[in-house]
Amino acid sequence: MGTGTEIGRVRGLGSAKSGVGHWWHQRVTAVANLALLLWFVASLVRLPALDYPTVVLWLRQPVAAIPMLLLIVSVFYHFRLGVQVFIEDYLHHEGSKLLAILALNFYAVGGGAAAVFAVLKIAFGA
Amino acid sequence: MATATTRPRVGQSARPLSPHLSIWKWRVHTITSITHRITGNAMAFGGVVLFLWWLVAAATGPEAYALFYSVATGWVGVVVGIGLTWVLFQHMASGVRHLVMDTGAALEINASKTFATATYFVSLALTLLTWAVILLTKGI
Repeated sequence: MGTGTEIGRVRGLGSAKSGVGHWWHQRVTAVANLALLLWFVASLVRLPALDYPTVVLWLRQPVAAIPMLLLIVSVFYHFRLGVQVFIEDYLHHEGSKLLAILALNFYAVGGGAAAVFAVLKIAFGA
Repeated sequence: MATATTRPRVGQSARPLSPHLSIWKWRVHTITSITHRITGNAMAFGGVVLFLWWLVAAATGPEAYALFYSVATGWVGVVVGIGLTWVLFQHMASGVRHLVMDTGAALEINASKTFATATYFVSLALTLLTWAVILLTKGI
């Protein structure tokens, strides 16, 4: 498998010396998610209603739009890291693993871009 | 614990692997570990899609939001909403447990079990609180 050897690293097999970065980013985004998602749930619960005018007026405020943008980046990056580990643990065929992680990256980045665009569109007056 | 000769072999690798799912006895901390993974993936694929629907509908306009709102406030929507809220709080509570264990604390067996059990009490309490307020104040 080329664990830790030079050729193994070139082929992307075995240790690529990026595990600590992955682990640490998962923890950093976990702490950010804890604060941002508690804020998110508390904010929705405290709104007078959850209908269209209420939600849009809420998201037009910078105090709501900015944490929402941070939440999207943190949550989407966090689940992208987490699902990657899930894939790596259960998919052992190199080809299907590669395709699954590729699909995961497109899903996370594409979904995140759509969410960021939606918040900006509302915040700048949709 | 398995000995080296009975360790499971996964995939093509002939290298020894750590003991896997079929080896462990089911206990609250075992269940909490797999629950953390299941709740995380449930949110990554279920919660994220519904979050995107809500946000994109709000950005699209009143008609698009009205469709989301009618589904979300129907009984199916409320059941899914309550379920996802529990999933979020359970993943959050066991995530905090993981952060604590990352520091080297609460790894001793009884502390680990107590902390694992506590995550369920915390997630259920926060889910009940959240939905009591939503159902009582949002006119759903």
